Amino acid sequence: MERAPGSGRVPRVLAESPSACAPAVSQASLLRLYHRFRALDWNEKGYLSRVDLQQIGALAVNPLGDRIIDSFFPDGSLHLDFPGFVRVLARFRPVDDEDNGNRDPKEPEPLNSRMNKLRFAFQLYDLDRDGKISRQEMLQVLRLMVGVQVTEEQLESIADRTVQEADEDGDGAVSFLEFAKSLEKMNIEQKMSIRILK
Amino acid sequence: MQPLLTACEVQGAWSDSAGPQWATLRMERGAKEKNHQLYKPYTNGIIAKDPTSLEEEIKEIRRSGSSKALDNTLEFELSDIFYFCRKGVETIMDDEVTKRFSAEELESWNLLSRTNYNFQYISLRLTVLWGLGVLIRYCFLLPLRIALAFTGISLLVVGTTVVGYLPNGRFKEFLSKHVHLMCYRICVRALTAIITYHDRKNRPRNGGICVANHTSPIDVIILASDGYYAMVGQVHGGLMGVIQRAMVKACPHVWFERSEVKDRHLVAKRLTEHVQDKSKLPILIFPEGTCINNTSVMMFKKGSFEIGATVYPVAIKYDPQFGDAFWNSSKYGMVTYLLRMMTSWAIVCSVWYLPPMTREAEEDAVQFANRVKSAIARQGGLVDLLWDGGLKREKVKDTFKEEQQKLYSKMIVGNHEDRSRS
Repeated sequence: MERAPGSGRVPRVLAESPSACAPAVSQASLLRLYHRFRALDWNEKGYLSRVDLQQIGALAVNPLGDRIIDSFFPDGSLHLDFPGFVRVLARFRPVDDEDNGNRDPKEPEPLNSRMNKLRFAFQLYDLDRDGKISRQEMLQVLRLMVGVQVTEEQLESIADRTVQEADEDGDGAVSFLEFAKSLEKMNIEQKMSIRILK
Repeated sequence: MQPLLTACEVQGAWSDSAGPQWATLRMERGAKEKNHQLYKPYTNGIIAKDPTSLEEEIKEIRRSGSSKALDNTLEFELSDIFYFCRKGVETIMDDEVTKRFSAEELESWNLLSRTNYNFQYISLRLTVLWGLGVLIRYCFLLPLRIALAFTGISLLVVGTTVVGYLPNGRFKEFLSKHVHLMCYRICVRALTAIITYHDRKNRPRNGGICVANHTSPIDVIILASDGYYAMVGQVHGGLMGVIQRAMVKACPHVWFERSEVKDRHLVAKRLTEHVQDKSKLPILIFPEGTCINNTSVMMFKKGSFEIGATVYPVAIKYDPQFGDAFWNSSKYGMVTYLLRMMTSWAIVCSVWYLPPMTREAEEDAVQFANRVKSAIARQGGLVDLLWDGGLKREKVKDTFKEEQQKLYSKMIVGNHEDRSRS
């Protein structure tokens, strides 16, 4: 019941994986996310499964909740470990303007860059990961967001219109570049950022 | 860092000085002074959130992204997804409900290693102080408290059984009340619970129902040591069962068999019978149905509010500085929990008796329950949540998801209808 102060409280996984996570997230935030990970992993398995995330009430009422959970489990994996957890959440770190100025172009793009945020959103549409949002996929996402409130015809017309507007090369689907182009004026950095306090 | 060291040095002075008697007195005085302030709600969200609605946010997203003039012809934009996406990820980082089912995190350390997460080694002196604290708590306070608890429980069982043999009448009621009270008071001493009661004039009367927020099984002892209540609960086996059977011999309590608990009509019927008999004591009920960590109040189950009796709300707020009273039933069993309680410094709490409330003509049971809940939350300085405490064990219902979907559909299809009309 009692643990002496300083007896290995800072978990090993944080100390060992700085290179994987550190540039993406600050140390204090990392600790916060680690405690959140532990809180979600209520039966202390050491990893998270889909069910653990589905238990979050506020996520279950989000119409895109399941899709968001899918983005944490790429390639059909069933277990989410802490570095994986942070890697996804790191995309939502607010963008510092200094980062972009001093960045060495040879280094890999930081996880929270504008392009990576857009890629995250694109993934929510593009279910089969073929790099294009087809009309069918657009319909599926729309259906998730409106439930049973809207008729099939209305939904189809909305989907058609949206694909037409964004599609430039006329292949009937929206590729990632077309997606990015249609949203170029959007302040993605602000809309897709979550600031962790202290 | 600064507040952490000063708090510890003060507490270190307490434990170092001569005479545990003096130390206890100091703790009591300090605690009583603190309890006169109103507790502020402890908002420890870890992310910055904007409290805007779905419609406002989506409109803002569309406005910022589109060069077209904002008019009602926009029905759906690719960017709408950002709202749901961000909200979803926000809840993964921090949501209102999950954190209520684990112990509250404190800002400064109280020399108990169990309630501090972000905690690192600071200095040798602190470790020594902590070690001294462990020694005092385990080797001195714990045996004393166990002895007291043992005395209290045995007296309760023996006393109520003896009173049970008397013929029914005023003398029996008088004796049973006092036996119960005495034993609860011994148990309170066994936990070193330092309780400040406010507004005792509003204490529950016969024929009423007393409702309170639930943090731990100790709530029962705390309330019952200052008033006379009839308990409600499920019949248990083992020691609890022995205590329950003994108690019911002295005065009527409402114990349900496990099978009866599911039958809501039966439960309601028995409770109604009890409150209608004015000679019986007020019922004590915890409508949340589960233990919450004392930073918030969750949805009250409407069963007890349908009966139509006067409701006496009570707010209980524990001071986390001296010990964490929350029972995390998925982590600790009852015995471990009691041991943890008996090895804390003290359990310090405030109890506020709120003025009685009755259901008004136009409101239904759910609205009445929410009204009582808000009053309790406000008085105790707790966050008032609409979520169901049952989320600890079950998933949320799909009806809530439909609400969000309806809101969003109105936005995109409502506009479509305007277009087809014009």
